[in-house]
Amino acid sequence: MEFLRPADWDEALAMRAELPGARPLMGGTDVMVELNASGSEFGRPAELPEALIDLSGLPEPRGHGPDGGWLRLGAGVPYTRIVAELAARAPALAAAARTIGSPQIRNRGTVGGNLGAASPAGDAHPPLLATDAQVELASRGEVRRVPARDFYLAPRRTELRPDELIAAVLLPPAAGPQRFAKVGTRNAMVIAVCSFAIELRPALGEVGTGIGSAGPVPLRAHEAEDFLRAELADRWEARRPLPEAVERRFGELAARAARPIDDVRGSAAYRRHAVGVLARRTLRWAWEDYRKGADPCG
Amino acid sequence: MTASSETRAPAAPAAPPVPADPAERGGVRHGVGTDAPRPDGVLKVTGEFAYSSDLWADDMLWGATLRSPHPHARIRGIDLTEAVRLPGVYAVLTHEDVPGAKYYGLERADQPVLADGKVRYQGEPVAIVAADHPETARRAMMRIAVDYEVLEPVSDARRAAFDPACPPVHGPAAPPEPGGAARPANVVRYQPVRTGAFAAGAGLDEVRAQADVIVTGEYQVGMQDQAFLGPESGLAVPAADGGVDLYVATQWLHVDQSQLAPCLGLPPEKVRLNLAGVGGAFGAREDLSMQAHACLLALRTGRPVKMVYHREESFFGHVHRHPATMRYEHGARADGTLVFATMEIVLDGGAYASTTSAVVGVASSMAVGPYEVPNVRVDAYGVYTNNPPCGAMRGFGAVQACFGYESQMDRLAEALGMHPVELRIRNAMSEGSRTATGQPVDMPLPMADMLARARALPPPAEPETGPGTDPRRLPGGVAGTTRGEGVVRGVGYGVGIKNICYSESFDDYSTARVRLELVGGEPAVQVHTAAAEVGQGLVTVQQQVARTELGVERVVVRPADTAVGSSGSSSASRQSYMTGGAVKAACEAVREAVFRLARERGLPPGADDALELRGGAVVTRLGAVVAELAELLADTAVEETRVFRHRPTRPMDPLTGQGDAHVQFAMCVHRAVVDVDTELGLVRVVELAAVQDVGRALNPLQLAGQIHGGSAQGLGLALMEEVQVRDAAVRNPSFTDYLIPTILDMPPMRVEILEHPDPHAPYGLRGAGEPPTLSSTPAIIAAIRAATGRPLAHAPVRPEDIVGLPVP
Repeated sequence: MEFLRPADWDEALAMRAELPGARPLMGGTDVMVELNASGSEFGRPAELPEALIDLSGLPEPRGHGPDGGWLRLGAGVPYTRIVAELAARAPALAAAARTIGSPQIRNRGTVGGNLGAASPAGDAHPPLLATDAQVELASRGEVRRVPARDFYLAPRRTELRPDELIAAVLLPPAAGPQRFAKVGTRNAMVIAVCSFAIELRPALGEVGTGIGSAGPVPLRAHEAEDFLRAELADRWEARRPLPEAVERRFGELAARAARPIDDVRGSAAYRRHAVGVLARRTLRWAWEDYRKGADPCG
Repeated sequence: MTASSETRAPAAPAAPPVPADPAERGGVRHGVGTDAPRPDGVLKVTGEFAYSSDLWADDMLWGATLRSPHPHARIRGIDLTEAVRLPGVYAVLTHEDVPGAKYYGLERADQPVLADGKVRYQGEPVAIVAADHPETARRAMMRIAVDYEVLEPVSDARRAAFDPACPPVHGPAAPPEPGGAARPANVVRYQPVRTGAFAAGAGLDEVRAQADVIVTGEYQVGMQDQAFLGPESGLAVPAADGGVDLYVATQWLHVDQSQLAPCLGLPPEKVRLNLAGVGGAFGAREDLSMQAHACLLALRTGRPVKMVYHREESFFGHVHRHPATMRYEHGARADGTLVFATMEIVLDGGAYASTTSAVVGVASSMAVGPYEVPNVRVDAYGVYTNNPPCGAMRGFGAVQACFGYESQMDRLAEALGMHPVELRIRNAMSEGSRTATGQPVDMPLPMADMLARARALPPPAEPETGPGTDPRRLPGGVAGTTRGEGVVRGVGYGVGIKNICYSESFDDYSTARVRLELVGGEPAVQVHTAAAEVGQGLVTVQQQVARTELGVERVVVRPADTAVGSSGSSSASRQSYMTGGAVKAACEAVREAVFRLARERGLPPGADDALELRGGAVVTRLGAVVAELAELLADTAVEETRVFRHRPTRPMDPLTGQGDAHVQFAMCVHRAVVDVDTELGLVRVVELAAVQDVGRALNPLQLAGQIHGGSAQGLGLALMEEVQVRDAAVRNPSFTDYLIPTILDMPPMRVEILEHPDPHAPYGLRGAGEPPTLSSTPAIIAAIRAATGRPLAHAPVRPEDIVGLPVP
């Protein structure tokens, strides 16, 4: 297995084009764990990529800034910086970043890595879905932007082509309050049993949702979104508390959108139930944020 | 932390008088009773301490272990051809290459050094490789072709215990023991206990008729991992005499040696063990792991061989806590007085016996807990299955039983409408009580006082809720699942009893060699034992004992090795008692030798005056200096070796369980306060307060660390720690999915220490490492029950259990 260190982004794209079997490496918090846990003590052959392309030394993916009205977040910005620098601009993503691993993991791990690994349990996915973010994919000679909602195809399979690198995610202009919550069976440093993100977009009369770790891919709760959009249509202006029945129904519909399985982290039935609870609560908090017109990250 | 004064029992005659200020004894600093600093403390905190995985020899090879992916399979053949051909590979060995005994074990030699044509659990070692690089070794392993015929595993412990048609994991049943009944082949040990009407042959219905209230319950304890942070590792160095020097992290050097030497076909003196830096143990290092493999490879290649398990491998490389299924029934009068208790405890020992027999002994003898019950019927079983082998873990059978009896006490209190503490106090054992095995409790056992103190502690602050609350203060923690929604508080109590030291007639002893001499003109002490410092602070305790006994501050504890006699295992909360006792005895002998030396020189003039060692001098009781050690010793070294034994114990009767099986009893009481998110089934432990009697605190700071750590391990078992096994295969062998508590899961602890000296023990001390691991689990689960009203029969409690969904 070769270890490649491109001098700049263009060389990285060239390497990617020439070595479709190479694995891009950023923080290494997923890739290195996978490579080291090869299972050789059981005689299982290691599934080593033909090469690693180390992107961690390149400046391009490590910045963020405005891109039109959007926020362009380099794929290599570590979670620590997202928490510290983007809590106001991208509250749901920052909240998700805060729940990931330990401080050491957050210093290394990136949204690009989360998208590359495409584990259904990745914590960045629900906020990207809920906020209608886009994923910027670059190859030699082409840059394309894929909506997050179209990016995830199957467990560990995405729109990313073998000659492409994940360059950035683009977050639309802040549209309203966002919330994220995640269930894990310990109070820190835990992989999601399930998670949920919500965004309210009062100016557009829209809502966005994302469900994590409760399906083969990160999911949107379409029915729940439709229901809520209709329910909120004539409530935006009055800003009165939501009837509990609305919160409850939204939770039920979100739970119905989940397609979970039983595994070591929890049962399918529990995940479905918990997605409903998280949806109900995050809706309440987001609506409270909206009513107060408050800083949504509070 | 406070020491009790008002409840201190009268000083026992056998315990030496201990002055209020320990610094006065011998005029020495950092003696017994002080927070003497650990010599390894700074190194460990700064990352400079050398653990066994840091060992290095310039010409060493790397060893690796090929393991079975199947829990149960016949090996039709092993083809090593391709592996041996790989450049950089120095040896590939199978069971055929084991020169001596092919089997070893702590209680039964039933475990093959390398698989003997059959594998009986997932991860069983099949072949070992030595290569010039770990990666070469890894590639060699993938070139070993093992032809397995996969067999159906025996995975149900109850079936193994009770179904005569269950296939035997090892072979046909042994003939029944004299006086015992025939039993299924997979039962490693069956131990009944019978007292009162049950001993007289009464039926259950007869006994039930005497009770006003009866509660029954079925409980399960999951398989807990010791989760030490330093994986199994060591370095075997071949020696010129044809023997081997093994540097290894273990709990008992001599029991490793006695198992290794026969397998290597060497006399014990040619298998020399040296303790390497131990990164935690908790029972998981009682059994051999890589020891024999590294030695075999070193002897075969003539090169030093290093082996280090990685984390996933470690889950397959050591025994775990026995999972238990337990059926309990308790009957009481309307006033809460217990009338009877019955319990059936099935412990899954997995593929090899390890310490299953002894675990059954503890579980059965401690099955009733610290309660006076006139009629007891216990049936405890330890069985073979094809599940992962289980053996020693902190609490050793008493943890499982404690979850059962404490759950029952809460259930009974509820049925009677009594406060759970009141019910426990009403039935509490105390000094003078007899255990269910008929043993008199001939030491203080202030259980009722401990419970009352735990109950009287001020309650923690009410939960903070609402917007802006720090999520770390609520269930769900940083993941922000609630701002108070669904959160209910609950309070629970737990108390447990644990036997200290080895039991049931085991010849339990420790050896210490103590040398007093001048170094640079100043008196200095060397202590040499084979006792394993596993992180608990034993090196410090040995220093403290020597300082106090010899009045000399400079004490060096030599590295532990097999050049001195056995100290027994760093297990069963026994090392302060046993090796502390041995060092004390050796120091006393050294002291007498020094006094003899003084008298031989005609000192002091009044020859019958009682002498003491203090401040580097021989002094009279009144403090007059008779001789400075610096003059008296000159170039003489005084060295004494002593073996210390605790009082003898007796076996349990095979039919009634009766017998004075134990040395000492120790207890801890916990009060747990939890906030439960009842909708999501998530828990935050708000408070975990402990009251423990330790007889005498040798080092209060280290003691607090033991109580914190034991409580945290119990918290893990209550809330998250379980090796999940399905069809005999482990589903979560990693710290990604085997969760242990973080600092956000473990609350700061209030710890109250009581000191009622045990007249039989050195300094009156009581072993302290295990008891907090027993009681914290049931206390936390009781608190969750109080918050939710759910029965919660399984430890750990899963979110599904709290929200009322089935666990698949």
